[in-house]
Amino acid sequence: MIFYRAVRQWLAVALMVVAAQAQAELTIEITQGVDNPTAIAVVPTGWTGGALPEDVAAIAAADLRRSGQFRPIAREDMLQWPRFGDQVFYRDWRVLGSDYVVLSRLNPVPGGGYSLDFELYDVLSQRKVLQRNVQAGPQGLRDLAHAMADAIYEAITGIRGAFSTKMLYVEAFGNKRYRLMLADVDGAREKELLKSSQPIVSPSWSPDGKQVVYVSFETTRPAIFRQVLATGERQQLTNFRGLNGAPVFSPDGRKVAMVLSKDGNPEIYTLDLATRVFTRHTNHFAIDTEPAWSNDGKSLIFTSDRGGKPQIYQVTLASGRVERLTFDGDYNARARFTPDGKSLVMVHRYNGVFHIATQDLESGMIRVLTQTDLDESPSIAPNGAMLLYATKDRSKGILAAVSLDAGVKFRLPSKQGDVREPAWSPYFTKR
Amino acid sequence: MLSSALKQSLTLAVIMAALVGCSSTSTTTDSADADSAVSSAADSSAVDTTDTMADEAVEALDTVFYFDFDKSMLKPEARAALTAHAENLKAAPKAVRLEGHADERGTREYNMALGERRAKAVRDYLVLQGVDASMIETVSYGEEYPAVVGATEAAYEMNRRVEMK
Repeated sequence: MIFYRAVRQWLAVALMVVAAQAQAELTIEITQGVDNPTAIAVVPTGWTGGALPEDVAAIAAADLRRSGQFRPIAREDMLQWPRFGDQVFYRDWRVLGSDYVVLSRLNPVPGGGYSLDFELYDVLSQRKVLQRNVQAGPQGLRDLAHAMADAIYEAITGIRGAFSTKMLYVEAFGNKRYRLMLADVDGAREKELLKSSQPIVSPSWSPDGKQVVYVSFETTRPAIFRQVLATGERQQLTNFRGLNGAPVFSPDGRKVAMVLSKDGNPEIYTLDLATRVFTRHTNHFAIDTEPAWSNDGKSLIFTSDRGGKPQIYQVTLASGRVERLTFDGDYNARARFTPDGKSLVMVHRYNGVFHIATQDLESGMIRVLTQTDLDESPSIAPNGAMLLYATKDRSKGILAAVSLDAGVKFRLPSKQGDVREPAWSPYFTKR
Repeated sequence: MLSSALKQSLTLAVIMAALVGCSSTSTTTDSADADSAVSSAADSSAVDTTDTMADEAVEALDTVFYFDFDKSMLKPEARAALTAHAENLKAAPKAVRLEGHADERGTREYNMALGERRAKAVRDYLVLQGVDASMIETVSYGEEYPAVVGATEAAYEMNRRVEMK
């Protein structure tokens, strides 16, 4: 009887989820995972109320699957759907080949919202590894699911999960309509931040995840804007003749680095947001563009063709000293530091094809991560495990992701326009 | 899209035919270097068009100028058309907007800079011919506004351009 009720509930939830997925504009296709992913059974979430708008356990399982590190066990293969630890028969899970079992229970919170209790059990050692409670508002079921996936991922891999983070991307419809979008990193809950008949380019995040900066051509010329996510309040930061591009917040959030060509050539500048003072950091007749901050905020890396071809250079802000970082290949551009500061990720042309690559800064070794063509705009997750990038699928712009060891890959095709320029958010809560 | 591409190559063909008609041997050599798409248009269907439209060559001056990959050097046919534009602009000054573009290969902001460099190459040439620099505005759209959609060399050639407006 209990089982029957569970099946009925699950069917109701499954239908809701299908409906929700039909609305999501980006869908996930996993193309490659690790060789021996950890098997994990995320048991359907216990809930005694009516039909829920989201299937928490399914969302968490999908997160774990997308990481490439896990192989979630299908629900219909589970011999029972326990809700509490004393209902876990380890032998049954061992027979299924499951390394871990996740139990969860959802309860309403007085005044609206939900409370989620969950536990992680290690099947081999037959013990509870993790127990936690998370709470969210009436619209927060997906937040609870991602928080559960984050905790499980960290408990098992030792790496902080990044399923609760978000992404920006640009969607274009022909040359006519452009949208700046915000979505969960699984593509769900997309929200339009800006709509324009003119191009929107180079979105990126403030370090606290509360603001974004981007380039908009809405004035018929490129200009840099910043926008507060919570209020939608916008501010135009630049209006110079020529290029106003590639804005990126400093790690302390006080400055924005950018490219301006107001003095004749594209040069790297920083804008102090409090004093409104622009400081120029490069001085060369070649193209200098695409700045990115070092993690300590003391230097900028940028793309320059001062050597004849685009390569990555680094300028130390205090001294103005410029040093070349890349030597391998005839096109290296739009580099970013990995969170540990030990490598660059960048666009690298190899045999005439544009791929995403990493370069180890100490050894100088380059590793190509992607096999697709026309890859650009790599953006690394705050935990450094994966990066999002833009590529083409039969001349349609799509987003894709790859792990920094190249072992895991997935794609996020768009149902509507061309999507591009993904920007992975920082963590919204600091530790 | 196709018709605008066709129109562009026809216009080019008109200019090139005019050049061949009134200029020295170097022009002939230059036309052999031009895009294969354009050459074939000139070789085949455009011959009749040339005869009937030769008088309109000045009005039909090309306003789109093409570039090689990662390059901002003006091609000979662009220089010829721009020389004629410069004469017109000196005779009857008006505001000109030069919009630089790149093909989709490579990164967006680098292409933005490349589009600007191309627009400035066109501006500098016009200024060298005596056009008032204050009448010229340059804007780069990088790879944001492809003239032709597609990941083929033919599409890329049409997209690496400066449009005079």
